[in-house]
Amino acid sequence: MSPSGTPISAADVAKVARLARLDIDEANVAHFTEQLAKVMGHFSDIDALDLSGVGPMTQPFPLVNVLREDVEQPCLDTDEVLAAAPSSDQRRFRVPPIIGLDD
Amino acid sequence: MTQDPLSSIIATEAQMLEGGWELIVGLEVHVELATKTKLFSGSPNHFGDEPNTNIDPVTLGLPGALPVLNKQAVELAMRIGVALNCSIQPCIFHRKNYFYPDMPKAYQISQYDIPLNIDGFLVLPSGTRIGVERAHLEEDTGKSTHVGGATGRIHGSDYSLIDFNRAGVPLVEIVSRPDIRTSEHAKEYVAELRAILEVIGASDAKMEEGSMRVDANVSVHKPGTMFGTRCEIKNVNSIRALGRAIDYEARRQIDVLDSGGTIRQETRHWDDAEGRTHTLRVKEDADDYRYFPEPDLVPLAPSAEWVQAVRDNLPMLPAARRTALSALTGYDTQSEAVIVVVERGQHDYVQAVVDAGGDAVRALIYVQQGFADAGPVPAVPADDLAKLTVLERDAKLSATQAKTVLAELVEHGGGDAAAIAAAKGFEAMDTSAVEAMVDEAIAADPGAWAKYMAGDEKASGAIVGRVMKASQGKADGKIVTAIMQSRRG
Amino acid sequence: MATIPTTASGIAAAIASKQISAREVIDSYLAQITARETDIHAFNLVTADAARAHADAIDADIAAGRPIGPLAGVPIAIKDNLCTHGIETTCSSKILEGWKPPYDATVVSRLRDAGAIMVGKTNLDEFAMGSSTENSAFGPTRNPLDTSRVPGGSSGGSAAAVAAGFAPVSLGSDTGGSIRQPAAMCGVVGVKPTYGLVSRYGLCAYASSLDQVGPFATTVADAALITEAIAGHDAMDSTSIPQPAPALVASVSQGVAGMRIGRVTDLPAGAEPEVIARLNEAFAALESAGATIVDITLPSLSYALTAYYLIAPAEASSNLARYDGVRYGLRVNAVDTNSMYGATRAAGFGDEVKRRIMLGTYALSAGYYDAYYGKALKVRRLIAEDFERAYAQVDVILTPTSPVVAFPFGDKVDDPMAMYLCDIYTIPTNLAGHPAMSVPFGTGAHGMPVGIQVLAPALGEAPMFRVGGALENAAGGVK
Repeated sequence: MSPSGTPISAADVAKVARLARLDIDEANVAHFTEQLAKVMGHFSDIDALDLSGVGPMTQPFPLVNVLREDVEQPCLDTDEVLAAAPSSDQRRFRVPPIIGLDD
Repeated sequence: MTQDPLSSIIATEAQMLEGGWELIVGLEVHVELATKTKLFSGSPNHFGDEPNTNIDPVTLGLPGALPVLNKQAVELAMRIGVALNCSIQPCIFHRKNYFYPDMPKAYQISQYDIPLNIDGFLVLPSGTRIGVERAHLEEDTGKSTHVGGATGRIHGSDYSLIDFNRAGVPLVEIVSRPDIRTSEHAKEYVAELRAILEVIGASDAKMEEGSMRVDANVSVHKPGTMFGTRCEIKNVNSIRALGRAIDYEARRQIDVLDSGGTIRQETRHWDDAEGRTHTLRVKEDADDYRYFPEPDLVPLAPSAEWVQAVRDNLPMLPAARRTALSALTGYDTQSEAVIVVVERGQHDYVQAVVDAGGDAVRALIYVQQGFADAGPVPAVPADDLAKLTVLERDAKLSATQAKTVLAELVEHGGGDAAAIAAAKGFEAMDTSAVEAMVDEAIAADPGAWAKYMAGDEKASGAIVGRVMKASQGKADGKIVTAIMQSRRG
Repeated sequence: MATIPTTASGIAAAIASKQISAREVIDSYLAQITARETDIHAFNLVTADAARAHADAIDADIAAGRPIGPLAGVPIAIKDNLCTHGIETTCSSKILEGWKPPYDATVVSRLRDAGAIMVGKTNLDEFAMGSSTENSAFGPTRNPLDTSRVPGGSSGGSAAAVAAGFAPVSLGSDTGGSIRQPAAMCGVVGVKPTYGLVSRYGLCAYASSLDQVGPFATTVADAALITEAIAGHDAMDSTSIPQPAPALVASVSQGVAGMRIGRVTDLPAGAEPEVIARLNEAFAALESAGATIVDITLPSLSYALTAYYLIAPAEASSNLARYDGVRYGLRVNAVDTNSMYGATRAAGFGDEVKRRIMLGTYALSAGYYDAYYGKALKVRRLIAEDFERAYAQVDVILTPTSPVVAFPFGDKVDDPMAMYLCDIYTIPTNLAGHPAMSVPFGTGAHGMPVGIQVLAPALGEAPMFRVGGALENAAGGVK
């Protein structure tokens, strides 16, 4: 499938929704597909650019080697943090059974 | 015939598996760095604390939290790079995106196509050189406990509990090239790597506590063909288990292939109790980690001065230590005693015993035999051990007696060897008494003596054994042998 | 009772000189909030009690002769995507509703140290994704100048709070224009500083390589004052520039004599005619104030929108993955963790957030990275290089802030692309990492305000404020 030029398909949308852990029903897949296809249609403008020899810009301001000393800082209060959790147990965060996940 | 481009190492005849199969192993070793704080934040990097106490906004992935790189973690990672003969290069961090409840941000900050250390190697004590593809920095995850169900495993559990104390702990992942051809070499590689990591102070490298975690990529093929499909073996918690897991997995794959089957690329779990691997998950196209450069961090480009300082300050590595210990004791660098003592980091201790006036060979053997669990700095003062070696060397104690005294020293964390020997009633036997015992033994076993006289050295064992029994171990074996030789003329 | 000054600097001076108490000031602003907030909905939360207590503490300090900060007693509204310790921070999202951060954003603690008093947390497009504040999970903010119209976005609440007189100054965040565009639409001053000048620590990230915190104010001088207070190196942010905060207030009144102002001859089309008319008047005003107008080209500018809408959603898809129902915020229960993730995120995020997460996930996914995200990073470099060439010729560049004035509710909400085009003039600065500000400059269609944007090179805040000050002076003379 050619990346640029080919409109995003419903299958693509369903796949990225799965990757992004967003439950989306079929009707909404169609709705989002239409909107995203329209938006991405505009993105083909950059296909006209000659980008050979242009390096990617990942950082707006050129800094390098920003390091901190290996010194302990105060920790957060466990009670305050767990109080904000949807569910906790034995001073740990509690989640439903971990199945259907990689690894 | 074409060799796989991933590795040019070819197994020797002796290393081949039966049926003409060649084993191909690459190891991915994760080590937790011995820093005070985490890779990107200031909460303590400390094992065994109360759950969710070593936490801060960065560790928990709170909204608005930002990572700041720990300088000491970089320093230790560079030590690993230098020790493994890697090139240290300017590098960047990437985000590896995946959802899992012990991964707080739902991405791991790791290094991807431009890691810190690349293209190194490690020479096994037995001489084989194993390529190191890369050694990169990344953060550890939290820890899940699975509650309910029968096994304490994920499957069948009722729910899971997450502790984020370990989340954000600095890791270096050391990826070997697929240059390993036997399970023995795999074990040797991990043991040597562990020794290096300890020596350079990068990690305590304890497989049992999880501060060193080994995954093995195992495949088999016929030499001269491309490598076979590999399986990744996880949950290998000791060096011994690593050897067993590789041997099992190779056998399993060969059985599958010999019976016309194919190997699926998958992750397999080693069950040490059952002695087998089983499928954890099949690698799928769905593994889409969407790596991209971490915008919250800036590039890391260690200066030439920094790299040189790391190089200059690196302590003597195990290989050099073996050479030194060999020179000190006269034992071969590949002898078990030398390898084991260096692996345990006890080389300095042996040197200290010698510096305290001790006998080098005896110091090496005592440390090898008596200090298996003592760590790099045994509790017994070097001075105390030195005195024991001298007592034995000067024939004030027999080897058997010395062993008993050594056990006492180890048990009490030191002591006066001479006093312990005296308290046990160990006195050096005077030579005339030993001579009498030798003569009695010759009289008791004339057959053995006749063989010995005829030049059969092995026959001496029976005579020596009788003398030892008669003297209750007090006679010095070397003196007994010397007397026998003088009787033989 | 003395008259309450309308500017932050006026308030700080009056309180410090004991002409007025901090409590009088805060009560006056809280009264204004009480009077109009129901109509405007600038806030997700008004922290009236805490604000009064803080004012009383400042008055007590002054009475006791203890030292006070340079902003002592100045009321300020804070965008609700900046963490405030123990005070609800929602990003206008259901997924964070009720969350009380256990820590303060650096900008929040710096303002408190300076003596500023927080009056509340302002509404925004959910996670700062939007250009109208219609994407808030808690209802839209209305434009104080015409409540049938949007205030712009995403920092619509902060812009409206200043325009409505709920606070003399406020903080917003700007990823693609989210401070400047609502400032223009509400007729106030808005500043996006150089990337790295202001700490992002405690700003709930939308797109990390583009986000920057900045102020809203009624005057250019106040905007400079607040920028000074929040700027300067922060060791908690690796991308923070290791320099102290620059002195900026003095620049505002320096005039523009001798300055070279860039006019972009290949500016992407689409601006309303009144907007273009105001821009031309702005050039004329600066020229008569002694500046030289220089024509420049920025050929890659028209690709900025594409680059932005690939880069920002890509980073957002990763930044927003942490809202997973495990440690904080909303959880929708399910039989297993993976199902819990999907249900929680489906229920917790609004449609625009979902669109951008999916767009960004797509742009980063296997097989598409090079075609989308990777390419966008290269276009970003082209745009930065365009600016670099331009700034060899000029000190600052003038453009409209927004192609359109504030539009009626519902106008663009179902057409994402139309909404995205609102940011066409503001986005390039974020891609380059440069500073820019919007200064109100007359009105356009329907009598709604027009903003003129001043762009400057990295760390060019001083020349930017000089031009901003001159525009402010000239604005009195335009319609």
